[in-house]
Amino acid sequence: MNIVVSLFCGIIFGIGLVISEMINPAKVLGFLNIFDEWDPSLAFVMVGALIISTPFFHLFKKKDKPFFAKNFLISNATEIDKKLIIGSILFGAGWGLVGLCPGPAISSLALLNISSIAFVFWMSMGFYVASKFNK
Amino acid sequence: MNIINFTPVSALTGGLLIGLSVALFFILNGRMIGVSGIASNFLISKDKKSENLLFLVGLILGPLIYTFILGGEINILISNSLPLLTVGGILVGFGTKLSSGCTSGHGISGISRFSLRSIIATITFMIVGILTVLIKNIL
Repeated sequence: MNIVVSLFCGIIFGIGLVISEMINPAKVLGFLNIFDEWDPSLAFVMVGALIISTPFFHLFKKKDKPFFAKNFLISNATEIDKKLIIGSILFGAGWGLVGLCPGPAISSLALLNISSIAFVFWMSMGFYVASKFNK
Repeated sequence: MNIINFTPVSALTGGLLIGLSVALFFILNGRMIGVSGIASNFLISKDKKSENLLFLVGLILGPLIYTFILGGEINILISNSLPLLTVGGILVGFGTKLSSGCTSGHGISGISRFSLRSIIATITFMIVGILTVLIKNIL
């Protein structure tokens, strides 16, 4: 059952990326272009997502277990360390260069354009190299 | 600063769907969605392989369902510079794996949990993203 949930949640997430235009790098770069011609729309993606996910998280985290898994898996990391800061700086730079973050990059593979495919390939290489640092 | 192309309704609608996806995945499967985590763990780890794969397949099916079943139109404008896509892709992959989260993992799931780590990560990548666009405009 949990793989059906995964597929369904992936589809809903992907449609959300399309409707919000988070999938469009030009839209993302417009959102980050606050000092010139600013398109503030994508701030509303975060607002929309958080007003749903926040109450549901806090209501359900107290339950014994999720419906289709043995237990909740919630990150317990609290340390503000160098990896967090340096990783976020590098991610922000890549995001500002191209206008794609991981979710939209993967969703945009559906459009079969060579740019998305190249970006996801190199992003995967980045995951792989960084995983060696995380050990 | 001028405000252009403002589309708050579609952005909010898409955001609500993303929030719904995060909430359902948590309640049913017990995990908070972070796409960089799901994608990188799918590639690197044996744990939850099929669950991660099916989520990624869904992410790709989303735009197809939107186009072919719901009859919507998708416009994307992306750079075709291979060096830029290479550097950007490596930075995004390496950076999100090193900091254990991206726009969804820190920006939505982490902030939903009121995680200070995620709030700091989100502020950091937002500021650096804004500065990167600013520098690109100057050059």
